[in-house]
This record gives sequence, structure tokens and C-alpha cells, in this order.
Amino acid sequence: MSAFFAMGGYGFYVWCSMGMALFLMLLEPIVLKIQHTRLIKNIQRQKRRQAARSDISEQ
Amino acid sequence: MAINWFKYSSPSSFYPLAGKMIPLFMTLAVLLTLGGLYWGFFETPDVLSDQKQYYRIIYVHVASAWMAMWLYVVMVAWAVLGLIFNTRMSYMLASATAVTGAIMTALSLWTGAFWGQTSWGTWWDWDPRMTSQLILLFLYIGYIALQSAIEDNRRSDRASAVLAIVGLAVVPVIYYSINCPNPNECASLHQESSLKRVEPNILIAMLVVTAGFWMYCFAVILMRVRNIILQRESHTQWVDRLKDKK
Repeated sequence: MSAFFAMGGYGFYVWCSMGMALFLMLLEPIVLKIQHTRLIKNIQRQKRRQAARSDISEQ
Repeated sequence: MAINWFKYSSPSSFYPLAGKMIPLFMTLAVLLTLGGLYWGFFETPDVLSDQKQYYRIIYVHVASAWMAMWLYVVMVAWAVLGLIFNTRMSYMLASATAVTGAIMTALSLWTGAFWGQTSWGTWWDWDPRMTSQLILLFLYIGYIALQSAIEDNRRSDRASAVLAIVGLAVVPVIYYSINCPNPNECASLHQESSLKRVEPNILIAMLVVTAGFWMYCFAVILMRVRNIILQRESHTQWVDRLKDKK
């Protein structure tokens, strides 16, 4: 197992490359997911505000 | 089979379609990438011609470098479609592609640096192949910067589309930097494109990982385009109705 991670002495180079790929390809979808949730929350908040405003104007 | 393609050129019908396709592409991305890497690490010889085990960087290096170039072509195609048909959806897809393209380009430069350090003894060199890849990264960054610098969406879409098309000039440079007709004329550290000489198992693993990266790009570009749609169309009724369901 440790021989596998050592990669014949080149482990540092191989795992830094693979690690960066893993890091970026996890980070990108996670950031997009967070952004998506925030956008939807904002739209819902805006909608509630509009509903409240129209309630006041009806009174 | 008659499909009305223009139906999906409207954000209100593209949004739910994209939402349905994201899990499919993500699953394919994970399966293909992990499968390809498994094959590449466990079913291949420990040497590739004169290169020792560090050659295994090839799986992410080649996949990300191909995606970097391919996504640029895709981005320009969407930009051109946008200019011709003036469809909002095409422009949104172009700008959603740019960020993933930039990430793939950065990844190819990063993995290339680690590979270069082991096989050539240097992290970086102003070799034609690497320099053209760096220019590609700057083109992506320039596209993203230009788009965010102009407030009006229609203007920023058109301006950045033109920039993307002008940037196509780098594609023949990239092509000749790896397919040099006379190696003496283009002093190059980076090896030529040599797919035919690669050991079959390594080649299969490389192609499967590339397919996985491609599926990943589909998934994240669709995720981003959905966010762009929500940002740009937040004032419309269909977005309002959409939130009723959730």
C-alpha cells in the first residue's frame, strides 16, 4: 500500500497533481450549489417582501 | 424525429431541463473518472517509454488540457450562435463555459508544472506549447473580466463574444506547437502529440478519464447556467412560479 503511494519515489508530484484535480473539481460544484441556494433564498425573500407590500396597500 | 430546438433556447424551458440532466452527468463523471483512474493506476505498466511512475500525471494532465481547448471552441460556438440568433440562452451558456474552461486550463498548467519538474527538471519554460496554454488562460480570464466589467447584460454578452472569437487565433498556434512540421524550427521541450505510440492500457485509461472530465464539465456548466438564469431572470413571472413549487 505504501509502495503505491510512494509511486517509485515520485509520490509528491503524482499526488500534488491528482490532489489539485480533486480539490478544484470538488470546490467548483460546491461553490455553485451554495450560490444556487443563496439565489433561491433571495428570490423567496423578495417575493415575501412584495406580498407584504401589497397587503399594506390593500388595507 | 422532430425536436423543436428553439423551445430550449428560452430560459424558462431550459432551466428545468438542465436541472434534470445535472445528476445524470455528475454520476457519469464520477463513474468514468474513477474507473479510468483505477485502470490507469492498477492495470498499467510502471513505465511509459523512458518515463517512470510520474507519467501517471498524464491522466489528469491530458484530460484537463483537452477540455481546456475544447471548452474554448464550445464557448466560441455559443458566442457565435448568440451573435447570429441573438438568443439569450446561447450567451448565458458561453459565459457559463468560460469559468470551467479557465479552471481546466489552470489545472493543466498546474499538473504540467509537476510533470515538467520530474521529467525536464523545471517547473516552467517558455516553450510554445506551455506559452500558448498560458495565453489561453489569459483569454478565459479576459473574457470573464470583460463580461463583469460591463453592467448591461446585452452589451457585455456581445462584447465578450467578439473577444472570444478574436481569441480563436490561438488555436492554430496550439496546434502547431504540438504538431510541429519540422522540430528543428520550433525548439520545444513539450513532446509532440504521440497518441499512436502510447501503450494501449494507458491510452484507454486516459480516454476514459477524459470522457469523465467531459461529463463533469457538462454538469458544472449546467449548474452555473442555472444560476445565471436565476440572476438574470429573477424579475420574471416564471421564476416566481418556479419558487412556488419549492
